[in-house]
Amino acid sequence: MEPFFFSSINTFVTDPLTHNFMRKALLMSSLVAAVCGFLSSYLTLKGWALMGDAVSHSVMPGVVVAYALGLPFSLGAFVFGVGSVALIGFVKQKSRVKEDTVIGLVFTAFFALGIVLISKIKSNIDLHSILFGSPLGISISDVRQTVIISLLVVILLSVFRKDLMLYCFDPRHAKTVGINVIFLHYLLLTCLSLAAVVGLQTVGIILVVAMLITPGATAYLLTDQFDIMTIISVCSAIISSIIGIYFSFWFDLETGGSIVLAQTFIFLLAFLFAPRYGILKFKRIFFINNNG
Amino acid sequence: MDRANYQNFRIEAENICVDYNGKVALYDANLILGPGQICGLVGMNGAGKTTFFNALTGFVNISKGKIRINGESLRSAQKDQTIAYVPQSEGIDSQFPVNVWDVVMMGRYGSMNILRCPRESDLQAVKDAIERVDLVAFSSTPIGNLSGGQRKRTFLARAIAQRASILLLDEPFSGVDIRTEKLISELFIQFKNEGKTILLSTHDMMHVREFCDLVLLINKTVVAYGETSEVFTKENITSTFGGISPDVLLGPES
Repeated sequence: MEPFFFSSINTFVTDPLTHNFMRKALLMSSLVAAVCGFLSSYLTLKGWALMGDAVSHSVMPGVVVAYALGLPFSLGAFVFGVGSVALIGFVKQKSRVKEDTVIGLVFTAFFALGIVLISKIKSNIDLHSILFGSPLGISISDVRQTVIISLLVVILLSVFRKDLMLYCFDPRHAKTVGINVIFLHYLLLTCLSLAAVVGLQTVGIILVVAMLITPGATAYLLTDQFDIMTIISVCSAIISSIIGIYFSFWFDLETGGSIVLAQTFIFLLAFLFAPRYGILKFKRIFFINNNG
Repeated sequence: MDRANYQNFRIEAENICVDYNGKVALYDANLILGPGQICGLVGMNGAGKTTFFNALTGFVNISKGKIRINGESLRSAQKDQTIAYVPQSEGIDSQFPVNVWDVVMMGRYGSMNILRCPRESDLQAVKDAIERVDLVAFSSTPIGNLSGGQRKRTFLARAIAQRASILLLDEPFSGVDIRTEKLISELFIQFKNEGKTILLSTHDMMHVREFCDLVLLINKTVVAYGETSEVFTKENITSTFGGISPDVLLGPES
């Protein structure tokens, strides 16, 4: 019994790795997960979950237009991602409609525009792969673009890591000591738009917001230190991607959905068992806390 | 040193107006403060106290008027770390995953390089500031686990670490324990002797009498400004608080 058990575990892990497309999918998804997970801790703390939802949906027409004009996806996504936020701000300021209503209104309009454009522009954009992601079918040019964007976002977030943390925590203090908060605001928005584009390839536009929220929320339950929160967020995102892809391979499941469900499962574990903030309060049993 | 002439005044606010999308929050407000002065900012909720602070920190743009800090523009005052703001407890997310040391270190960010890597002098400034507010034992405690008073002292330490010469304090005494109140009042005396200028908002009239040399009564604009003993009168307070008698606010002895 035992040798069989081990050999089947072995097969479970190594079999998919013999396929080239699976190796590529695992690498790409892990990279995207790392980027989104890194950003996720900022969005969670800034209270930008809804904004993440809005921007990730709003990039869709940008992707389509860029494709039609032969420009890089990221450029179109950036223009429409930041544009949607500017539009949200404008409508909110000029009308009595509340902010969450405006956000819902603007991003669904952008999203609908994207769908209409896809149906009108004759191209080989596959609506299904934009909506639900296709990590198993990433082309070489997509790989190159994903790697470049991911590295760019990671570098930006790393360089401005502390400033962004301060911006999320106490923007007025940041302003008072001469830090450019408007720059930081747009930096975070830019990273959000770019992360939405790369996330789109793995889990699709509908679920990319999960990549931007869930890892941060999980990490937030597990620590009281910002740096550790970022590390946990990135790690949980990568682990979820790997689990999700394996499950999708073996049980023939939609890959994007599996990855997000894996993230949700890890969040549930944290929700129940987190040492200090889990509902089962395990800190009394395991003496783990960050209190110095 | 041409600047020496101007340095008689730390804060000069001249006819400043602030509006949010056309809604006037503050108009024609004036304030002049010199080194070593402590001024109380008193007014009802919505009278423009927070707006006044926002204008002085540059967090909102003034639509009219002029602000000079140590004779210079607000922008160069920000670059020089001249102004420190100590927020009200409610203005801060107390569940944010940072500890006391991290928060106090934020006071040094403005004078660090772009990566905000602390130098030896930054570490020392943070250490000293934490000692001055008596929180050494809590250096690595997450701010979520602190009491209201300890949290208030953490933000005071941030202002100390910043080495600012102007301190803006939003309700420094609200929700603090007696120990913190005593420590803050001792710090005020030290700050005064160091020549720092303090502008604090408060709801507690007793604190104004106790700590403030000057008082600025506002209700969308300046109602009265001057020496506490002269300005802090029954009539002025009544008109600041829209007709409510100061007996209610001050107790029978006034």
